[in-house]
Amino acid sequence: MDKLYEFLSGPGLWIAFIVFGLGLIIRLTVLLSISREKDKPFWDHREAGWALRSIFHWLVPWASASTRSQPFFAAVVFIFHLCWIGVPLLLQAHNMLFEEAFGWSLPTLPEGLAEILTLVVIGCGVFFIVRRLVRAEVRILTSAWDWFLLLLALSPFVTGWLAFRQYGPYDLMLNLHILLSEVLLVIIPFSKLAHVVLFFFSRTAIGFEFGTRRGARAW
Amino acid sequence: MSEAAEKTAPEQAPAPPKPVDAKKIQSILQANDGARMRTWLSICSRCGLCAESCFFYLAKNNDPKVSPAYKAKVSLGVIERKKGRVSRQFLESLVDIIWGQCTTCRRCSMYCPFGIDIAALIAVARAVCNSQGVGPERLLEVTENIRKTGNQMAMASEDFVETCDWMAEEYGETVAGLEIPVDKKGADYMYTVNPREPMYYPQDVGMAAQIFHVAGLNWTMPSTGWDSTNLAMFAGNKAVATMPVKAMYDKALELGAKAILITECGHAYRSAKYEGPYWVGAPGGLPPVPVIHSVELFRNLLRDGKIKIKHKFEHPVTYQDPCNVSRNGGLWDVGRELVNMLCSDFRDMSPNREHNHCCGGGGGYIPMGAPFKKRRMESGRVKAEQIKATGAKYVIVPCHNCFDQINDLNKEYELGVKVVSFKEIITELMIIPEQFQPAEEEEAEAPLEAAEEAKPGAGEAQDS
Repeated sequence: MDKLYEFLSGPGLWIAFIVFGLGLIIRLTVLLSISREKDKPFWDHREAGWALRSIFHWLVPWASASTRSQPFFAAVVFIFHLCWIGVPLLLQAHNMLFEEAFGWSLPTLPEGLAEILTLVVIGCGVFFIVRRLVRAEVRILTSAWDWFLLLLALSPFVTGWLAFRQYGPYDLMLNLHILLSEVLLVIIPFSKLAHVVLFFFSRTAIGFEFGTRRGARAW
Repeated sequence: MSEAAEKTAPEQAPAPPKPVDAKKIQSILQANDGARMRTWLSICSRCGLCAESCFFYLAKNNDPKVSPAYKAKVSLGVIERKKGRVSRQFLESLVDIIWGQCTTCRRCSMYCPFGIDIAALIAVARAVCNSQGVGPERLLEVTENIRKTGNQMAMASEDFVETCDWMAEEYGETVAGLEIPVDKKGADYMYTVNPREPMYYPQDVGMAAQIFHVAGLNWTMPSTGWDSTNLAMFAGNKAVATMPVKAMYDKALELGAKAILITECGHAYRSAKYEGPYWVGAPGGLPPVPVIHSVELFRNLLRDGKIKIKHKFEHPVTYQDPCNVSRNGGLWDVGRELVNMLCSDFRDMSPNREHNHCCGGGGGYIPMGAPFKKRRMESGRVKAEQIKATGAKYVIVPCHNCFDQINDLNKEYELGVKVVSFKEIITELMIIPEQFQPAEEEEAEAPLEAAEEAKPGAGEAQDS
């Protein structure tokens, strides 16, 4: 177990970070390079204002007609994303590791709050699962891969919380937590989860298409 | 693809089972394989938010199979996944989905959190089908008309010019000195129309001419390139869709026209202003001369006092935002300004402006004809309810397809409304200044005779 931990928290982590970072950079580079030829409308109608408005109105809940039509879902999506990114970055335990490895760290959340927010992420995830099952228009679109990605995106929070609470075998939970996080990082650039960065580009594109070209608000 | 269309179009019988040309499909996929398409196809999170944006979905009582994401998934999604190696039977099964359940109105594209242009995905699926000669029969026929004659109704250039002359004479009875100049060089506006105007509703041409003449516009009709509609665009045939656009651009340049003016038609505007430039490879994605929609010109003429009205139209009116004039044309506010300048009791629909629903007749739906009529009436329920809720007695519609659809909905849902174009209202209310008042005695004869000649019986009432 210790050896596994050593690998996962050492080289394993590096590999995951590199694949994650390089993967996204390569994917973006490829997309941007082919876009010169085949996405002329994107390049022809650039206007920063429309890009920023198109992004902003979908970053915050209820700023688009679409999210206003499902206000509760919109709120859950917003909170989920905020916590999903914020909690791991601002967690005390993670920042101790950052300090150890790089000699710097970020401000941290109080332990109790971090735990609550972790449970919020899990709660949001449960809502997504239920929604995916209950709403026919969502269920019909959902494939096995979608289920896998949803569960994978939640798994570091579940295992992390179990390890923190020391429910179940601690070593196993900790190793699972790290392993699943690494798998998640590696998969992000090559799946729909690449929306972590592609969201900004696709929103920019539709912002130009509707906004710059027509003055229409795509939100 | 055009050969295939030629063979299948005239008769009802299905084409002999021809193998699918996967290479051709792959070349279409390849041509569309840009960064946007790749991103759109890969990042859909299956959130389902697009569903409620679609009027087909709403009219089908939230049938999940009609949600935009699902329609894209089972059409282009499958074609992409199989890399174009699909069966003819499969492509034929898509007709009901990508034509029968979508008007490419692009409302869903505005309701997707990622801004996935779902209608653009459907358009690519249409192109794939069209490349194999698959599509609604009437659209394939019309595409052939365009390919052979340059306009969708296969109207000869001479007939078109003759109709213009006839209308100049006929409408010269109310506006003295009325002319419909053809191929005049250096005009400010080259006016392009929908072939159904010269073919079936020549008064549309006459009314436009009256407005332009009274406003003192320097305008012309082109003898070629006058059809600004583009049903090949909706059939998914880019090669043929390019032809009328190119003819129109070329003619405008040849005549030295300062702008191309589009009749009260939605998709003509989208084709001429937004899609056309990319088909002909125009730099910057811009047409060679500015493209202006009638709604905008009329607004300007009234705003600037070039056209004055006797009084405002007093009946309650509502305004239909054609998708390709409002959402895809940016003119929702211009249209409302014009309505408010003309009418005193304007009752807007909800939702409205760029968020308004498609009438159900767009995207090639009206020309798809009888086989799709029942479904068109079903999906039009959303629009019918919108209109009913306004309590309006008149619906102003600056688009021929919306015009036909709302007329049909009017009967189907007993809305009790009258569908009118801006031209009709303006010519009804317009003050004809003294210099354009026909001199009752001296000049009445000549145009009357001519009108009688062209259309027997037309001038009878005044003759006696």
